[in-house]
Amino acid sequence: MTPGEAVGRQGTAPAALRVSGLTFAYPDSRPALRGIDLEIAAGERVAVLGPNGAGKTTLALHLNGVLTPSAGTVEVDGLRLGPRTLREVRRRVGLVFQDPDDQLFMPTVGEDVAFGPANFGVRGGELAERVRAALDAVGMAEHAGRPPSHLSEGQRRRVALATVLACDPLLLVLDEPSANLEPVARRELADVLLGLGRTMLMVTHDLLYALQLCPRSVLVDDGVVVADRPTRDLLADTGLLAGHRLELPWGVQLS
Amino acid sequence: MGPALYRPGASPVHRLPPQVKIVCAGVAVLCVVATPRDAFWGFGVHAAALGVVWRAAGIGPGWFARRALIELPFVVLAAVMPFTGGGRRVDVLGLSVSVEGSLAGWNILAKGTLGVLVSLTLAATTHSGDLVRGFHRLRAPKLVTTIASLMLRYAEVIAAEAHRMRVARLCRGHDPRFLWQAGATARGVGMLFLRSYERGERVHRAMLARGWTGTMPEPAREPAGAKAWAAGLSPAVTAAVALGVGLCLR
Repeated sequence: MTPGEAVGRQGTAPAALRVSGLTFAYPDSRPALRGIDLEIAAGERVAVLGPNGAGKTTLALHLNGVLTPSAGTVEVDGLRLGPRTLREVRRRVGLVFQDPDDQLFMPTVGEDVAFGPANFGVRGGELAERVRAALDAVGMAEHAGRPPSHLSEGQRRRVALATVLACDPLLLVLDEPSANLEPVARRELADVLLGLGRTMLMVTHDLLYALQLCPRSVLVDDGVVVADRPTRDLLADTGLLAGHRLELPWGVQLS
Repeated sequence: MGPALYRPGASPVHRLPPQVKIVCAGVAVLCVVATPRDAFWGFGVHAAALGVVWRAAGIGPGWFARRALIELPFVVLAAVMPFTGGGRRVDVLGLSVSVEGSLAGWNILAKGTLGVLVSLTLAATTHSGDLVRGFHRLRAPKLVTTIASLMLRYAEVIAAEAHRMRVARLCRGHDPRFLWQAGATARGVGMLFLRSYERGERVHRAMLARGWTGTMPEPAREPAGAKAWAAGLSPAVTAAVALGVGLCLR
């Protein structure tokens, strides 16, 4: 990606997300991110593609301040992530984790969806309304009183999405949203995501899901951005994909 | 895992607010324990009050009897005491038994059984999640209720994980009946610990990502009305009256 491209896409309003020079190494000194630059305009849906261990999830955890970079910056809608802005950035960026069992920890679905907004100071009638609206948006309104363990994988994934939607984020970050989903559940989740009309960053190695949901894709490997193109162009470049341990499912070909 | 302790239902006992049932069970157990051991009729009153509660809850004695087997070791101890006790001895059916030992055995048997049955009744009519809510309503320390509700949530997840790992071992011909194969089971437990630890880390991250700062949001407190308290505490009041009369008659 050249910086000019991103600026041209963004126009005058501040970018929904601007990541520059993001560098991070895990305590065992293995470098995970080696200078990531990425810019997303409001309303865009962008896929972050890459093989296992490329640093995709590590990148996602930085956008919410769960991990702190050793160098580089994250800006959300013009607000620079730092100790003082941590709370506000967490409100603005909604992170949906890969395993819904990690995200859903309260005894009932309704209480779990209320957890986020309650942390951000929403109370009483407004809180109840947020919970209702978020569960409604993912088609799970009638399950508010059930424990998460009694739901199917697809339902849990949608509830995990609702727990984040209830915080009304500016940017939705999804880590492998299609993992472990049966085809119907996968399609239902795609319908929900497309219907939200929100700015979205989706980390995945499910290339067809990226094609279905995101007009633009960023290929990350070994902690750096390798390519940033329209998804269809990127997926049609078989040489590029093969060079980074990615390939379309058997029998699928994009012209 | 033993048989389920909770029995879903919609009886008046099930519908009582959990905090009322917790207080009632606590008071009832205290009354049972404080009842003089020779006030035999007092234990009869306690048992009768419990029977009325079971009737109202629509749960038969068989359900409780099977789950009360946990008490068995104490029953064995109580059964031995008449023979090992000291003091004055009398002949019963040709056996010489100690009066003091018999009373001590009866004391353990009656109080233990009633105590276990009261706890089982509470557990059978109150869902575990509601129990935690009840304790929260009774102003138990928030940290304790938080840990309890997390435990309830993840016990199932971890048990399912342990089950999958066990099935995967069995599928590869592992037969844990033999001592020399216990190593694989032990390594499985170690792996489970690591996985649970990592999960704990991921859950913590997911909580941070939703703005958690160290305190849980306050759940809604639904106060129980005076009527619910009056109805719910009636078995405990009965037990307390029996205790009072028993103490006065000494």
